[in-house]
Amino acid sequence: MDMKRDYYEDIQLLDSKVLWFWFLILIASLIILPFLIPNYYIYMVNYMAVNVIVTVGLNILVGYTGQISLGHAGFFAIGAFITVLSMTNLHLPFLLALLLAAFVAAFFGFILGLPALRLKGPYLAIATLGFGLAITQVIGRWQIFGGRMGLEAPGLTLQGLFFSGGSYTLESDRQLYFLIIPIAFVLTTAARNLMKTRVGRAFIAIRDSDIAAETMGVNTVYYKTLAFAISAFYTGIAGGLYAFLIGFINPSSFSFILSIYFLTFVIVGGLGSIFGSIMGGITMTWLILKLDKVQELPYLGDILSAFSERWMSVTGFPNISSIIFGLIIILIVLFEPLGLYGFWIRTKIYWKTWPF
Amino acid sequence: MDSDFFSVDNLAITFGGLRAVDRVSFTINRRSIFSIIGPNGAGKTTIFNCISGLYKPDSGKIIFKGEEITGLKPHRIAMKGIARTFQNIELFLRMTTMENLMLGRHIHTKTGVWSGSTFFRRGSKAAREEITHREQVERIIDLLDLQSARDQFVGGLPYGTQKLVELGRALALEPELLLLDEPSAGMNSEERQDLTFWVKDIQEELGVTILLIEHNMQLVRDISDRVLAINFGRPIGEGIPEEVQNDPEVLKAYLGEEESIDAVS
Ligand SMILES: Nc1ncnc2c1ncn2[C@@H]1O[C@H](COP(=O)(O)OP(=O)(O)OP(=O)(O)O)[C@@H](O)[C@H]1O
Ligand SMILES: [Mg+2]
Repeated sequence: MDMKRDYYEDIQLLDSKVLWFWFLILIASLIILPFLIPNYYIYMVNYMAVNVIVTVGLNILVGYTGQISLGHAGFFAIGAFITVLSMTNLHLPFLLALLLAAFVAAFFGFILGLPALRLKGPYLAIATLGFGLAITQVIGRWQIFGGRMGLEAPGLTLQGLFFSGGSYTLESDRQLYFLIIPIAFVLTTAARNLMKTRVGRAFIAIRDSDIAAETMGVNTVYYKTLAFAISAFYTGIAGGLYAFLIGFINPSSFSFILSIYFLTFVIVGGLGSIFGSIMGGITMTWLILKLDKVQELPYLGDILSAFSERWMSVTGFPNISSIIFGLIIILIVLFEPLGLYGFWIRTKIYWKTWPF
Repeated sequence: MDSDFFSVDNLAITFGGLRAVDRVSFTINRRSIFSIIGPNGAGKTTIFNCISGLYKPDSGKIIFKGEEITGLKPHRIAMKGIARTFQNIELFLRMTTMENLMLGRHIHTKTGVWSGSTFFRRGSKAAREEITHREQVERIIDLLDLQSARDQFVGGLPYGTQKLVELGRALALEPELLLLDEPSAGMNSEERQDLTFWVKDIQEELGVTILLIEHNMQLVRDISDRVLAINFGRPIGEGIPEEVQNDPEVLKAYLGEEESIDAVS
């Protein structure tokens, strides 16, 4: 019985020299990447990072704590609007505005978590759905949020990240990259750590057996609302970054469909996996951006959009991208219920035993 | 002093007219093993659910270390030092054995959102706490011979092992009172012997008081200090194991059950 274990290894992010090596390679590539790829792709990577943050946040709630939400577009909207408004109206520096917006989102998450204590499954789905719809309605009606016209994101300056004012403006996607990627990186690592320790275990315990969790001393009321708040916090940050990525926000960009998209990111990536969330956020963003352009494909694009206009759409608009998107999700859920994470695990096992 | 360690006084609960538990009273001495027996549907598990706060009894009192705990929230009761296992295993299936046991340390740990998400090295607060408690959990893993299951997801473990993991998780809470609901159900005789030995160990070495629901009379006889028999929610006999097992009314309750079983088969 002399098997002395190093218990830190169990929770360590990088538990070997090899991993450290790859980690440093990753950091280095992330730093040089924006100097190697054209602007559109930098924009794409930024978009991916924003969606990774949402996916991680939503996964904490859905995949780890086992609560459903069809209203995360609401938190995303709160993050976007509060960040912009507190910069334009309160003259807060960007990072403070972003943090404020995230805490406002977290507060709303906490509020939304309260009915979750009594509601389960489909009922909770409806309650969160109502929340998401209500938020876009409120934002669309109130003049301060720019009404239906929306708001323009103010100019960002380097000093303006920390103080108000400043002259060195951050405009290009490349400059935004160096803002968004570190935030995404920190938030993802933090989520991973959190899920490995006490709070994360309490979340998972509630998901797997809330009865056992509470008889083991977990205050399920506290942890369920906490999961909502943390999840909303992440989504709020992502929303704030999104506003500057797009440069312009209006209520229609935060529709119910967006909440559904977020949920598909989580499911496709893999419920209850941070690494899966990263993969899900990245691939789904790529897919959405690519599918938007499906009509531009030579020959095939014309045929597909004519087909969808003629046969698949009531309004006569080509909707082939949504159809393909839906199809892909069905296929993934059908053949790999554990999502991309499950796929990754199987490949890993395959290579470990290769070539035997 | 001994007698006010744990007592249940006139406990009663009904479910839509069914008196699941009907004026049940008993007292458990510190560091003893107290068993509840009775035919299926007698109300044994319901008593456990009242004690651990999952059900609110209609009337009656539950006193633990001189303090009334009736109707407290389950997590409050856990924090007082009462842990339990379930008749139909309630494990966290997509956690490993180690993680299940670590959850058992919940009330003894403090790591919150901030320190839990920001640790980055061995010396960080969250990491230190994690390491200390993993060491303690490892002792329980050794005690119950769970080494081979340590890093396995419990959902894939055999039934008998799952029962042990659940026992281990309850032990990780360092309870003063441990409620075991049919711990030997589904075990083979070898596993049952080990279990008997461990339960005795937990009482003697760790000084834990044990309240046991068990259908296996051999096990009950081997380890119980006192036994309470109930039927249809009513207490029908209490005393040392031999007394209760030979009590005519208890025999009748079990006989009635056996007859009905015979009639079916
Ligand atoms: N939540 C509930 N709602 C309705 N009836 C219940 C509930 N819980 C228990 N009962 C009923 O109370 C009675 C006692 O059940 P209990 O589970 O306590 O029996 P038990 O003695 O543990 O039986 P077994 O040996 O089969 O485990 C049963 O008739 C059961 O159907
Ligand atoms: Mg029972």
